[in-house]
Amino acid sequence: MLKIKNLKAAINEKLILKGLDLEIKPGEVHAIMGPNGSGKSTLANVLSGKNGYEIEGEINFDGSNLNDLKTEERAQKGMFLAFQYPLEIPGVNTNIFLKTSLNSVRKARGEKELDTLTFLKLIKEKAKELNIDEKFLSRQLNVGFSGGEKKKNEILQMKLLEPKLSILDETDSGLDIDALRIVADGVNSYKNKENSFLIITHYQRLLDYIKPDYIHVLSAGKIIKTGNADLGKQLEKTGYANLS
Amino acid sequence: MNNQDLNINKEYEHGFTTDIESIRAPKGLNEDTIKFISNIKKEPKWMLEWRLKAFNRLNSLKEPNWQKPKYPKINYQDLYYYSAPKSFSEKPKSLDEIDPKILETYKKLGIPLVEQQRLNGIAVDAVFDSVSVATTFKEELTKKGIIFCSISEAIQKHPDLVKKYLGSVIPLSDHYFATLNSAVFTDGSFVYIPPNTRCPMELSTYFRINASETGQFERTLIIADKGSYVSYLEGCTAPMRDENQLHAANVELVALDDAEIKYSTVQNWYPGDKNGVGGIYNFVTKRGACRGKNSKISWTQVETGSAITWKYPSCILQGDNSVGEFYSIAITNNYQKADTGTKMIHLGKNTKSKIISKGISAGNADNTYRGLVDINKNATNSRNYTQCDSLLMGNKCGAHTIPYIKNKNSTSTIEHEATTTKINEEQLYYCNQRGLDQEEAVSLIVNGFCKEVLQQLPMEFAVEAQKLVAISLEGSVG
Repeated sequence: MLKIKNLKAAINEKLILKGLDLEIKPGEVHAIMGPNGSGKSTLANVLSGKNGYEIEGEINFDGSNLNDLKTEERAQKGMFLAFQYPLEIPGVNTNIFLKTSLNSVRKARGEKELDTLTFLKLIKEKAKELNIDEKFLSRQLNVGFSGGEKKKNEILQMKLLEPKLSILDETDSGLDIDALRIVADGVNSYKNKENSFLIITHYQRLLDYIKPDYIHVLSAGKIIKTGNADLGKQLEKTGYANLS
Repeated sequence: MNNQDLNINKEYEHGFTTDIESIRAPKGLNEDTIKFISNIKKEPKWMLEWRLKAFNRLNSLKEPNWQKPKYPKINYQDLYYYSAPKSFSEKPKSLDEIDPKILETYKKLGIPLVEQQRLNGIAVDAVFDSVSVATTFKEELTKKGIIFCSISEAIQKHPDLVKKYLGSVIPLSDHYFATLNSAVFTDGSFVYIPPNTRCPMELSTYFRINASETGQFERTLIIADKGSYVSYLEGCTAPMRDENQLHAANVELVALDDAEIKYSTVQNWYPGDKNGVGGIYNFVTKRGACRGKNSKISWTQVETGSAITWKYPSCILQGDNSVGEFYSIAITNNYQKADTGTKMIHLGKNTKSKIISKGISAGNADNTYRGLVDINKNATNSRNYTQCDSLLMGNKCGAHTIPYIKNKNSTSTIEHEATTTKINEEQLYYCNQRGLDQEEAVSLIVNGFCKEVLQQLPMEFAVEAQKLVAISLEGSVG
């Protein structure tokens, strides 16, 4: 699904990722933990193709070399990034945004674009699963949404677009316990043999709800330790400082 | 910076020239030119006198220069004031007599004039340089007593209406460009809606500048008699040329008791190239008088073209309880400049006005909203609501909001809101991450920003306008 070899990434001539290797197979859940400034969000940005990074190394996603693909092409191929800070877009109705988004992904997959009625039926179902009030869908995208509402909206989009690889960038930050559980349930309900996840987080608590197959510790731009779900619990006790 | 696909620059779609023989007035602005125009249009004597009076006034007026966008001095003696296709020396009686090249031109522009391809439910008056070449659906409208024809035809066939209303909203001596227009105007549309009649279709005029070194001086007059309603739309395009061309139009609207006029503009004159060479100077005077009680005039404009747009479609709210509205989208990209807004003059009691302005600026462009809300001492209980929003794309463009408010009545309510926002890379990245390409993303964000104004357009044109908004901004994000 995703294969990263010796990935280096710099922004404004500052090297952030310093030779990172990672392989995620279909159906696997990987978590990346690490202290502030270790390069976690940079990894998410580089994978999704954000502008502004100088990149070296290989990233292969589902058979394509990612360096050749634009952000939207990566999204259309099934990569989804749940943003740490979802953007507000005033004047743009959430439903219209979601429909435009879904249809561009469907078009790229060679599927028929959905008409408005079919779309509305689908989105209402998905919203219900996540306990999202329908009224949100007719509001302006993320405008005036609380932190929790924004994050739920990200998970809604994930479930709507049906990506192969979902990257969750600190989706748990700023969530209360209830919202955290809803977000986790949303992810768990989408987990199956084919869909993979890369969960970026500071804390163990999200991993109490979503059980990862692997936990990697990122420090100073490199993965310095990989383990199973127990590693997270251990880290919570000992902190990052004792790893080297 | 990874400038993926940020450099797309779609050519101006309507920039072609129609190769056609034309008849022109001799170059220069003088009495002979005015006589030439009046003569070729077979105008009655009173019309020529009116023009000459305007011309005399013009000699004592100076070009205004308080506006933000400055432009090089225009040599008025080096322009042609009349240009018409040769085949129009006698006005064709039917579409069969029109030069096929001209029909082809309008077809290319998406404005079919031929019977079987006519736009559904929209009557069109097509103006090519200085003459109206065809008006569709005339018979159907005549049955209801509605007059929709070129102003030249109205001067000959409906002189009483023209004499009564022409210059009654924009006086002969109003200001330099309006007075210039009164002296040399060539063609435009005339609409009269009889009492208690609802015009059954959209009326529209399509203006096309074709000839070079020629100014276009359009004159439009719309009268909605008591209890009537009309929705009118104008569209404009021009060929791509390195020279700047002048378009100085006058549009007058008169709404009598209980009448309503809805006037929409989609302005897409050639904006110049991406270095700011060429393009139309769109210096236009548009004014409506809500002369009767309970009357309403609503202006909607989508201004995407022209090198410089300089206009303030205004409402004089004379009748008690009359309503004036102004909805505007002004988009400037590359080196385009716009100084536009409205004037709402409250004279009658309980008069209401609403101003919604959306300015979008990209590239090196400069966009100014300038507006006047003037509440006079007799306008008791009058209200105004103004909202001016500016959207900036990139770091080299400018947006300015200059609202003038004069209030001489203590019972009135005036509200003003203004915002300035910037489309940022993060928003675009977010949209891209959801599978939208750069174009789709810009179009979605900008259309969201303009939504309140786009909703005001007649359905048939809203879709076109949305596309135009997106096209005008292509290549502007980077």
